Formats: sequence, C-alpha cells, structure tokens
Amino acid sequence: MSHASFWELMNFGPDGWGWSMVRAAGMTVMVALAGFMLGGVIGSFGAWAKIAGNRPVRIAADAYTTILRGLPDLLVIFLFYFGGSLALSAVYRAFGGEGFVDFPGFAAGAMAIGLTSGAQHTEVLRGAYYAIHDGELEAAKAAGMTRMLMLRRITMPLLLRHALPGLGNVWQVVLKESALVSVTGMIELARQAQIGAGSTRQPFYFFMAAAILFLAITFVSNRVFRFSEAHFSRGIRGAR
Amino acid sequence: MIDFPFMYEALMRLLPGIPMTLQLAFIASVFGVFFALAAALMQLSGNVVLRSMADFYVFCIRGTPLLIQLFLIYYGIGQFDFIRHSFMWPILREPYWCAIFALMVNTGAYGSQIVRGGLLSVPQGQIEAARSCGMSRVMIYRRIILPLAIRQALPAYGNEVILLLKATSLASIITLMEITGLAAKMISETYRVVEVFLVAGSLYLLINFILSRGVAVLEKRLMRHTAAERPSSRVAARGAA
Repeated sequence: MSHASFWELMNFGPDGWGWSMVRAAGMTVMVALAGFMLGGVIGSFGAWAKIAGNRPVRIAADAYTTILRGLPDLLVIFLFYFGGSLALSAVYRAFGGEGFVDFPGFAAGAMAIGLTSGAQHTEVLRGAYYAIHDGELEAAKAAGMTRMLMLRRITMPLLLRHALPGLGNVWQVVLKESALVSVTGMIELARQAQIGAGSTRQPFYFFMAAAILFLAITFVSNRVFRFSEAHFSRGIRGAR
Repeated sequence: MIDFPFMYEALMRLLPGIPMTLQLAFIASVFGVFFALAAALMQLSGNVVLRSMADFYVFCIRGTPLLIQLFLIYYGIGQFDFIRHSFMWPILREPYWCAIFALMVNTGAYGSQIVRGGLLSVPQGQIEAARSCGMSRVMIYRRIILPLAIRQALPAYGNEVILLLKATSLASIITLMEITGLAAKMISETYRVVEVFLVAGSLYLLINFILSRGVAVLEKRLMRHTAAERPSSRVAARGAA
C-alpha cells in the first residue's frame, strides 16, 4: 500500500482534499451556529419561564433542563433524525407517495443541538439576569421607562454582557457536539474525514486534519468571544 | 397511543446494554483520574516543559470533539504499520479498548482542570503547618493536600462523571452495543423512534440520577466536619446538653 504524505493529501489542487475539508468545516460552523441560535431562542424562553413564570411553567422549565442535561446528545440526534424521517414519510404517504423520505441531516442536527444547548442557554441566561443589580432596573423604572424600553435599553444589554462568558462556553460545547451530526450522513467535518479516510485508506491524516480544523475554529471563536467581552465591558471599571 | 407492551419489549432489549455503558464509564473514569491528576500536577509543577506539555494536552483534547478523538484512535492509528506490528495491536484493534482509551484521555483533560482547581484551593497555611511539623513532600500530599483537594473537587468531578457517562453513547458509533447502540439498532429494525427513545432516555436518566445521589452522599460524608457547625445542629446540641 503506497502512502501519500499528509500534505500530498491535504493540498488545495484538483486531486487534493484541502477544499473539501475546508468546505466541510464551513458546514460544521453553519450547523453549529443554527443550533446555537435555536438554543438561544429556547434558552430565552426557558430563562423567562424560570424567572417570571408561575409554578407550572417553572416546573416545566425545570423538567426540561434536568432531562435534557441527563440525556446523551447522540440519542437526541437519533430521535430527531429517525423521528423526522418517519414523520416526513408519513406526510409523504398521506399525499400518495411511496417509500421512505430522509429527513435533512442539517435540520435534524440543528434541532437536536438547539434542544440540548437550550438547556444550557437557560441556565446561563438565568444566571446573567440575576447578576443585574436591582438598582439599575429601579432607576430605569424611576426614569419612567416603559417595560419594553427598559428591556431594550437596560435589561438586554446588561444581560448580554453578564451572559457572554457563559455563552462562550455553550458555543464550545455546541461546536464539538456538531460532530455528532455526522451520524445523519450530513457532510460536515467528521463525516468528510470519514469519507476521505475510506477512499484513501489513510484515516489518521484525515482525522488529524479534522482535529486541526476544529482546533482552528475553537481558537478563532475564543478570540471573537474575548474581543466582544472586552468590547461590551468597556464602560466597566475592574481587573480586565 | 403509547404502546406499553412494545415499550416493555424495548426495555428488555435495552437492559443488556447497561453493563457495557457502566463498564465503559467506570473503567474510563478510574483511569481518567490518574490522567487528570498527572496533568494537573504537571501544570502546577513550575517546570516549563512539563507545564507546556500538560497545557498542550488539555488544549487539544478540549478543543476537538470526542468523536474525532475516537476515530483517530480506532481508525487512525491502525494506518501505521509499526503499530499494527507492535505488541499493543491486539488491544488497539478492539473497539472496546479504543473506546475506553478515548474516553479516558478525554475525561482526563477536563478532569485535570477540576483537580487543578481543587489543588489550588488548599490554603497555604495548611501546607506551611504540615511542613513545620516536619512532613516530607510526599507525606504532605498524601495527608494534607490530596484529602483537602479531593473534598473541594468532588462536586465538580461528579458532574464530569455524569458527562462521561453520557459520552459513552459515542461508543455505539464504533460498533459497541451499549444502551445507545442497542437503541439505534432497535429503531432501525422497528421504525418506532419515540418508544425506544423514551426507554433508552429513561435508562440514562435513571443511571445519572443514581450517580448524582451517590456523589451527594459521598460529599456529605467527606464534609461531615462542617455538618456539626450548622446553626440548627448547634442549637440541637445545646438543647441536648
């Protein structure tokens, strides 16, 4: 068996796998972003339910975060992928079609990631809300702001600032979780590396390349989060 | 709506996966503790080479998905002839040991940060007192630093073990038939996603619940010196006297 070197495999020419791997990395970021944003929406509702909801709403939100943090992510992805495919097939058959319709891996992955990360978003946002000083909200009320104005001008900006470090952690988790979406056959980094490994029989180089690309994405997004933390804390006195 | 006889059948088919899930989590967490401790001690050693090695290990593992690490170990290293011909090959070609190895290396990196925090939380005064009693370095670690650090790190480490238990589900991707593997197989045979999911999910929730209760009990035992200081028990003690 002849062995090509790492760079022979990963070049960006017509025979190289470089572009495929970079494109797959793009898909990884896309599915992670979609899941992260969906999780943010779910998490906002979850945090609101835990902070301001009445008893049943609070209990539901507690059940959601407890259960979702106790389940393996892979199981949730299977639920959305197989469950989505079955539901789609049922709809398809209802309209006279035949056979099995594959649920898009991207949608299944984003929904599964959104649902699991939503539990983490909930806790991060809730913690951030409690970090806002009551005095600031009282001051806003005293200045005669309406609820919406207060939310937009005072609560949201403060909340986001306190939540940023926690959101950064959630993003790291989501990014790594996105590799599991490969089980649906969607071509992101892990799947592309498997494909390359299968067709060249040099799995070590492909999984190494995938690992390096993941590290690069992690590194860049760390920088972005650190920069935005500094940006949104620029009015704050402190150790930063 | 929900077919209970089928769910019972699913339960009976998924139960045999529990020992595999528990084995993976248990063996990996026991060995992972040594990785974590070694990495934490290297990071705190003050030796630049040791510290950068540990930092690099933690950075690489925490920056990449477990799935990729698993693939690198299971598929990747078999690419090299010198490994195929080495004495390690009978072990490294088994998905079981690859999964344990990957989980162990992974949890070691996350655990090292918890252990490091625990070690750093030991008050300097305690160490100085031990030194002035004439204890040797090893004895200070054994009698003073490690017991205090373990007590401090236990709750966070309990969380890490629960994360590890959830992570064992990835072993199903390299053909191991633990709970998730059996569930995926059953789903693809019966096309009944929701019921199988409910059963498999409940099993994980149950295991995690028992685990977290166990950690809480252990924590209470290790912290029993503080239990006596709670105002309520002090009042009770005074009342008894």
